Amino acid sequence: MAVVRSSCGSSARLTAPTCVLLLLLFAFVSVASASRDDAPGGNNETGRAPPEDSHHHHQQTNSSTHHKKAFPVLSFNYEHVRQPFEISLWILLALLMKLGFHIIPRVSNVVPESCLLIVVGLLIGGIIKAIGEKAPMLDSKLFFLYLLPPIILDAGYFLPIRPFTENMGTILVFAVVGTLWNTFFVGGMMYAVCQIEGAQLGGVDLLSCLLFGSIISAVDPVAVLAVFEEIHINELLHILVFGESLLNDAVTVVLYHLFEEFSHADTVTVGDALLGVVCFFVVSLGGIMVGAIYGLLGAFTSRFTSHTRVIEPLFVFLYSYMAYLSAEVFHLSGIMSLIACGVMMRPYVEANISHKSYTTVKYFMKMWSSVSETLIFIFLGVSTVAGPHAWNWTFVIFTVILCLVSRVLGVIGLTYVINKFRIVKLTKKDQFIVAYGGLRGAIAFSLGFLLTNSQLKNMFLTAIITVIFFTVFVQGMTIRPLVELLAVKKKKESKRSINEEIHTQFLDHLLTGIEDICGHYGHHHWKDKLNRFNKAYVKRWLIAGERSTEPQLISFYNKMEMKQAMMLVESGSAAKLPAIVSSMQNIQPRGPARPRAIPSISKSREQEIRKILRANLQKTRQRLRSYSRHDLLIDPFEDGLSEVRFRRQRVEMERRMSHYLTVPANRQEIPSVRKVCFEPEHQVYTYDTDGESLRGRRASHSHPSASDAAGLVNESTRRPDQSGAAEPRAKVPDDQEDQDQLTLSRCLSDPGPNKDEEGGGSFLS
Amino acid sequence: NLRKRFLQLSGNEETISREHLDTIPALAENPIKAQIIEAFFDKRNQRGDEAGAFQEIGFEQFLMVMCHFRPPTLKMTAEEKEAMRKEKLRFLFNMHDTDNDGTITLEEYRKVVEELLSKSGAIGQETAEAIADAAMLEVASTNVPHMAPDEFYEGITFQHFEQILKGLEMESRMNIRFLDVDTTTMRCGRSTS
Repeated sequence: MAVVRSSCGSSARLTAPTCVLLLLLFAFVSVASASRDDAPGGNNETGRAPPEDSHHHHQQTNSSTHHKKAFPVLSFNYEHVRQPFEISLWILLALLMKLGFHIIPRVSNVVPESCLLIVVGLLIGGIIKAIGEKAPMLDSKLFFLYLLPPIILDAGYFLPIRPFTENMGTILVFAVVGTLWNTFFVGGMMYAVCQIEGAQLGGVDLLSCLLFGSIISAVDPVAVLAVFEEIHINELLHILVFGESLLNDAVTVVLYHLFEEFSHADTVTVGDALLGVVCFFVVSLGGIMVGAIYGLLGAFTSRFTSHTRVIEPLFVFLYSYMAYLSAEVFHLSGIMSLIACGVMMRPYVEANISHKSYTTVKYFMKMWSSVSETLIFIFLGVSTVAGPHAWNWTFVIFTVILCLVSRVLGVIGLTYVINKFRIVKLTKKDQFIVAYGGLRGAIAFSLGFLLTNSQLKNMFLTAIITVIFFTVFVQGMTIRPLVELLAVKKKKESKRSINEEIHTQFLDHLLTGIEDICGHYGHHHWKDKLNRFNKAYVKRWLIAGERSTEPQLISFYNKMEMKQAMMLVESGSAAKLPAIVSSMQNIQPRGPARPRAIPSISKSREQEIRKILRANLQKTRQRLRSYSRHDLLIDPFEDGLSEVRFRRQRVEMERRMSHYLTVPANRQEIPSVRKVCFEPEHQVYTYDTDGESLRGRRASHSHPSASDAAGLVNESTRRPDQSGAAEPRAKVPDDQEDQDQLTLSRCLSDPGPNKDEEGGGSFLS
Repeated sequence: NLRKRFLQLSGNEETISREHLDTIPALAENPIKAQIIEAFFDKRNQRGDEAGAFQEIGFEQFLMVMCHFRPPTLKMTAEEKEAMRKEKLRFLFNMHDTDNDGTITLEEYRKVVEELLSKSGAIGQETAEAIADAAMLEVASTNVPHMAPDEFYEGITFQHFEQILKGLEMESRMNIRFLDVDTTTMRCGRSTS
């Protein structure tokens, strides 16, 4: 596909016309692939003649003939690779679309990506249909087994636990009671609507309506994620809507199967209804249990992987996928199982696996979920065009209206009840966003697709698609201006500082203490108990080595410190070190105890240092700490990189320290790192006027370590980075080496005999 | 009911002393137990302008301290929420500032971190010091970016404290669920007059 390759090369200068060209190309190739089978992962169709198409090279078939031919030098055998070829092609072109959207910033600011992708799907479907071929449909099996799990795993693994558990009650109420209310309201009202004469809907009975209601009422995590990620709303609202979309899966599964079964049976008894309730508990709790078991297994496995680091990420993915599949075997809630697995596994696995593996896990998850999401939306568009439709004005219009109405009523009613139990109440604005954020998506479509009753199925599918389109397009597009208009609190964008961490922990203990004094066992009390249980028993089993006893504050502190170290090294000016030393001076109480005087530095240098220092502080403070995959890919790409680097650097440093330390082995090396770093009794480096390069005195004994570290840093500079930073770094590898030695020598503890001096340094937040 | 709990703690007397609070079994696991107990007896938390500590406190003072943990109501205006947040932060500040000089010095902050880590196993003192130092430095650099080398950062003042913790949204976090909400709010309101 030479044409594809050439357009990829020019993608940097894509403009709208080129995008359209790309789109047409996509369409043509998908036509070509569509002409061969029904669905892209799909079954082998036989006997379809390939269309006369200019893109295909002249063919020489390999079919056997009865007379001897010359030995074929070049032959064409597309059938051989058809299936993987088509799959790869779809994925590739879907991603190119995604790329294209971000190159045209004007559109992507107004329209959320999901809408654009659906539009692309529509266009492609339209083109395919216009040519007369049968377009691939979003196969339910493909969706539920391959496309949905990565997204849910990504969501579950990176679920912010603290806000989730703090709002668990609210989320559960919205998910369970809200979905039930929606189902019965929509189902019941639709039945009433169907009784209206003249709507030609007489054939729809109550159970079918209820079934329809159960499909349409569930808030969809994929759509919510796609839209909410871009509006950066505050954490509480995000977790409320998102948590609800995740947890309502259990309800949806039960209701769907329940009504499906009932619609085949003739009578429904009260016993059946009771069994349904029991089924709900079994499905949800069973799903969670399955997930938890696999999660613990995964955590336990990761304890032993210290010698085979390369396969660590695979364990995370495989255990999670197995959890999902195992839950699906028993018709338990696969989504809840996946979430439970991710949540359970994460703290232990992250303590055990290497830093490279951690990065791998993070990036692969984001990557897969991104691909899945793109594919889902495109297929949604294609299926809309392709699918058999039965448009019934009354049915569709009423469905849309009723969905909206029931959602609003449900949220208002439930909030009224919930607010009686919440400490921090939900305001009207919050309620509005929660109601407005109830988007429907591909899960509803796939469930509808699984319906067996074909005469009503088409009508239902049409209505479902209309609702999905309405919510995703109308609500998705307008939610951002509405959030601005209502001045809803946005997510705070600063990185967590050490002070905040200290005080969060302090607050936890304080509130637990106050609760104990008050004598009632509240939320904090149980959380504290759980933490203690976790520390005493579970961590010992699941975390390898001495990390199991490391308190959270310390590990947080380690991470932060190393991050700062790496940022300092990365930004290429170790001129900050003297400033840090002087700052340390500022907070140390003056006293006669200081044996060594610190040589002072001139005022002008000072000013420069402070400027650079402040600039760096500003930079660090503005880093987004978010779990959205867009941010991961686009904006603090550097952040992710530096995280990688500092983790690597930290591993290296720890190894070095264990070589060079003269302290007894049973002490953790980490304290000694910090001990050195805060000693102000070190000499200051002189440095050059331009502040970029540094002439420092090398610590002689740290040569081998420095070269390793320099190797590390050089390696990291080779990686693609934001354009500005890479250039100067490549030009001054020597300085980098110096700084690295600085970093190392700075952080090596208790000076051995052959150390000349060290730069004192401490790390700012 | 808080009144019943008070009587239960005090052994049906009018006042409670430190020993009464010390004997609560659930508090034994708490690393900052001493600070919490001290906070009840701190005069600064009583909305007067006095300093120092009581030896025993009555129900009024007990309730006064509990007032700091009431959640914001829906009807509060932005200023009221701001005032509440200041009040809660002040409570925390008083807990750290043990010598009542209006600033949290490095020593005091070190003690805070040390206490926090005290129940977490054998952590060296240098670790706690290092963390406290880093935190202090962060406060210093956030609030006073233009410090000359011979200036000395005395300690964290209340403004600086507010500044560094403004991301935490105290008014939503520092709350506990009271079983008897109306009484508490009523009394807290009355005590301001």
